[in-house]
Amino acid sequence: MCTVCGCGGHVHGHGHSHDHHHGPDGDLHFGQGRAGTHVAGVSQARLIEIETDILAKNDAYASGNRRVLRALGAYAVNLVSSPGSGKTSLLCRTIAALGQTPLAVIEGDQQTTNDADRIRETGARAIQINTGKGCHLDAHMVGHAMDHLDLPHGALLFIENVGNLVCPAGFDLGEDAKVAILSVTEGEDKPLKYPDMFTAAKLAVLNKVDLAPHCDADLDAYEANLRRVNPEIEVLRLSARTGAGMENWLAWLHARLGEKSRGAA
Amino acid sequence: MHEMSLCEGIRGIVEDQARAHGFATVKTLRVEIGRFAGVEKEALAFAFDVVMRGCPAEGAALEMIDLPGRALCYDCAEEVEIENRLDPCPRCHGGKLMPVGGDEMRIKDMEVI
Repeated sequence: MCTVCGCGGHVHGHGHSHDHHHGPDGDLHFGQGRAGTHVAGVSQARLIEIETDILAKNDAYASGNRRVLRALGAYAVNLVSSPGSGKTSLLCRTIAALGQTPLAVIEGDQQTTNDADRIRETGARAIQINTGKGCHLDAHMVGHAMDHLDLPHGALLFIENVGNLVCPAGFDLGEDAKVAILSVTEGEDKPLKYPDMFTAAKLAVLNKVDLAPHCDADLDAYEANLRRVNPEIEVLRLSARTGAGMENWLAWLHARLGEKSRGAA
Repeated sequence: MHEMSLCEGIRGIVEDQARAHGFATVKTLRVEIGRFAGVEKEALAFAFDVVMRGCPAEGAALEMIDLPGRALCYDCAEEVEIENRLDPCPRCHGGKLMPVGGDEMRIKDMEVI
């Protein structure tokens, strides 16, 4: 039995005193008394060191999803934005333009199958996840959806997250990249108001640029604010409605998918 | 943000630990919350009381430990501590900062009986 904290029943595997936390492998330190002096307690209380991320379960599911995608050489994009930025319209136009590239779509919304229905009309495979009261997709939901989609090798997987600029930033789904869609009607300071999402994103798509002249939108100010919260973010300007700028977005997708597929080959 | 979901995560970990280590009651649970984790502490405390009902952490004291926000300044290439996400670099006053720490949401330890 350890004479410092009175613990027994588990093997430390190293000689030490107890002035440190146990390792990142989740090893636990527990005893009859208190392991430290920083928590007040009664005599029979014991301290269990956890050092576990609250989202550890989600992160484990995300790692599982990532393994599946890597083995398939498939590239997954987690599309995040506020409601109404044009995610589904962009997807429909993207699917039509991608032609024979294998792809599938996971749609997240609180209610309705409207978005998955729109995607299926293009002929693409789509699964709707309704989160009910939930404000974000999590990795467990996405793993289930991936099981049903039967993804082919070298596929693009588009995950359209719940329209919400807050919560989806914190939940890893196992994707290769978060892509934030920002429409030019939302206000140039949107990235400053919701920095976490734009910091987590690899690419920002500035959508509805055809409307910019009608709403006095300053596209350079959008880009400057995006780079202020994420100096590494890539930015593309396009209009899913007119198709302007779509070629850059398609080239970006093909390049990322190509890198991933070559890695898996 | 999703404080209720976070508390469900905490509850899952509490229940796993209770099974593994045979305790019935959590007296105190300590979590570390980074400055940029996006966690509203009052909402977390409220959700904690609600979500822990019927599990070993019902009635437990929730202690929150703040961890600082850290960012890499792209102008002076130094890692600095900042209070708010949009603060300029305290060293060179540059405005291009990439967060590198402060998004932690971690259960540190529990005092159990």
